[in-house]
Amino acid sequence: MTIADPDTLSSEARRARLFTRINKLDAWFQVFGLAWITPVLKAAAGDNPKAQMKEIWRLLAVPVIAIAAFLLLWGTLAPKVQTSLGAIPGPAAVWAEAVNLHQDAQAKAAKQRAHAEKVEARNQRFIDRGQPERVKDIPYTGAPSYYQQIWTSIQTVFFGFLIASAVAIPLGILAGLSPVANSAINPLVQIFKPVSPLAWLPIVTMIVSAMYASNDGLFAKSFLVSAITVTLCSLWPTLINTALGVASIDKDLVNVSKVLKMNTWTKITKLVLPSALPLIFTGLRLSLGVGWMVLIAAEMLAQNPGLGKFVWDEFQNGSSQSLAKIIVAVLTIGIIGFLLDRVMFALQSLFTFSNNR
Amino acid sequence: MKKLMQALAASTALTGPALAAPLELEKDVLTFGFIKLTDMAPLAVAYEQGFFDDEGLFVTLEAQANWKVLLDGVIDGTLDGAHMLAGQPLAATIGYGTEAHIVTPFSMDLNGNGITLSNEVWEMMKPNLPTDADGKIAHPISAAHLKPVIEDFNAKGKPFNMGMVFPVSTHNYELRYWLAAGGINPGYYSPENVTGQIGAEAFLSVTPPPQMPATLEAGTISGYCVGEPWNQQAVFKGIGVPVITDYEIWKNNPEKVFGITAEFAEENPNTTRAVVKALIRAAMWLDENDNANRAEAVEILSRPDYVGADPEVIANSMTGTFEYEPGDKRAVPDFNVFFRYNATYPFYSDAVWYLTQMRRWGQIADPKPDSWYDEVARSVYKPEIYLEAAKMLVDEGLADAAGFPWDSDGYKVPTPPEDIIDGIPFDGKTPNAYIDSLPIGLKAGQTVVGSAVQG
Repeated sequence: MTIADPDTLSSEARRARLFTRINKLDAWFQVFGLAWITPVLKAAAGDNPKAQMKEIWRLLAVPVIAIAAFLLLWGTLAPKVQTSLGAIPGPAAVWAEAVNLHQDAQAKAAKQRAHAEKVEARNQRFIDRGQPERVKDIPYTGAPSYYQQIWTSIQTVFFGFLIASAVAIPLGILAGLSPVANSAINPLVQIFKPVSPLAWLPIVTMIVSAMYASNDGLFAKSFLVSAITVTLCSLWPTLINTALGVASIDKDLVNVSKVLKMNTWTKITKLVLPSALPLIFTGLRLSLGVGWMVLIAAEMLAQNPGLGKFVWDEFQNGSSQSLAKIIVAVLTIGIIGFLLDRVMFALQSLFTFSNNR
Repeated sequence: MKKLMQALAASTALTGPALAAPLELEKDVLTFGFIKLTDMAPLAVAYEQGFFDDEGLFVTLEAQANWKVLLDGVIDGTLDGAHMLAGQPLAATIGYGTEAHIVTPFSMDLNGNGITLSNEVWEMMKPNLPTDADGKIAHPISAAHLKPVIEDFNAKGKPFNMGMVFPVSTHNYELRYWLAAGGINPGYYSPENVTGQIGAEAFLSVTPPPQMPATLEAGTISGYCVGEPWNQQAVFKGIGVPVITDYEIWKNNPEKVFGITAEFAEENPNTTRAVVKALIRAAMWLDENDNANRAEAVEILSRPDYVGADPEVIANSMTGTFEYEPGDKRAVPDFNVFFRYNATYPFYSDAVWYLTQMRRWGQIADPKPDSWYDEVARSVYKPEIYLEAAKMLVDEGLADAAGFPWDSDGYKVPTPPEDIIDGIPFDGKTPNAYIDSLPIGLKAGQTVVGSAVQG
């Protein structure tokens, strides 16, 4: 093969190479949930189109039909349920509100630009008057737009998730390596695992208020309260899965470490972590999922300006569009949760090696 | 040289119009909290009409989840100030609930609340209500007509539950006043038992305003006292009937105040005055030209960032009318008063009234001398700051000097009997005599011990 000049490869060989490439890309399409692209590409390249049609049907057409059927069902059943806030909105009303929120976000972006210009002018006035010390960066005073609220939620969940991982992974490794540590940690884990975020929230609020006395710090109090609540609820899956992963390393590998007289640090980084990675990543994926769910509840009560507060404020508004806006938020939360899960899955595929890759 | 001339020209141009803020502000980036009720209007209007901008203030308005979160926010400094119930600064200062010295230099409005009853209760009450010459139900409706309904409930073994928004809220005291005026005991508080239901015939409990219509619909409560838009929401959704507004209980009663911590007022005197100036201008705008700007105010308040309710619901109470039974819309032009009748001046007598009601129901456990009431009122209500801000506005030509009570000693004239539903006059200078003149409630020397009134 190596002496063959690529330009003079026969069309057969070229096609074979194309199919190989598509098959390799398939692994990546699957990671991103776009597995239906592979049979489409294969059919376009001419690889057994009839068989590909069956794959396309299963991977693309069926899900699309299922979603369409769900929308139809929603659209017909929804107006039949009358609540005190009006009938439950159907897909059309929800779409209209989503468009509304987008336009509102654009209007707010325009206002923010105007505010930035005003502050710029104010600072320039002070510089011209010879008072450069009074130049100040003044944050925008209006309410955040929908997209900014989404971004705040994502930032909060990742902050809480990273703290949770930083705490859970070392503890999990410890519990996995040492049966004594496992017996010590296990009862506490079992007791605190089932506690709901809403029960943690008042305690966390009090502690953060007491310890974080100033308001000019890097993080707002509501941000910290929400993030810490996410930490407390999402560190358990990571902890348990890490301990399990570490405890179930192949005994042969442990013997290798003893033969080579590895010190603890080398043993952990070269032996334990790589072999426990699949389970650790499973734990991280679960934690992120749990954390995202917990975040919405925590934000509602801690008043962190994210999606949770958006839902709570709309409920308080009680206007005739409130239900539709809340449903938009529900769908947004679901879609973002799905994307977060996909991101973790992609990371997992990058860092772990299994027989399927 | 050229730069100097430019700088001189720039600064001269700036000193031209009277709107240039001569006050050196200690803090110009502020965060204020509010609850989604229509009487947060002065804050929204001050922001949207640029009154805060004119003072050089950059204010962020943040909706809060409930009154407790709002009060905690002001106490721990997350919020620089907030739209507060008139009783909150008083209760916090005397140590009922979280203790903190909160002061108020500005009263946000008068009136603005209503008492709504469920459809079930209304159907039971309606046949016995007197009608006036036009055949419409005579207002104000006394709680005496509710008494047979409560007896009916008790006969069936069901307690009669009602909702209000906070233990020291104006709604709690107005609801209790109305019930007591009709001969119904709304219950007492004691230092050990803070439910406020000791010896009660009607059981009052706290429900956040947005959840009240849902709770009424579910039957958990049979009525509530709350601000707008929640009474009109009940009408629009067909789940309840407002029977009386607080304007009919006590004409032009004080309602919300703008609360700040005493530390904030001390450390930022110029900022406080600038804020009060902007709020006074907002209040004047709201009542200007016989409420001409109310329609615009309704549009501002219906935005999701402020109150967020449908504009028709908000307009129902803010533009001169109030709807009782569905279809029974009556003219109540003073349902919300923002500036008329000295609405924005923080009168000591208003503070004293709330303190007397706290004492009446046992939240203040022991009897206090008249001087105590005066002292507390003076430490919480700050008309000096208000008058300084008003003077600045008059000097800048933005307000009419005739609109402010410059010579007041802080006490309103005693309420005449015709302005109050049970005809008992209130003189702020003799609180203990007033407390003794009220039929139901703790009298001088009485306390609540266990589950009974003693003394």
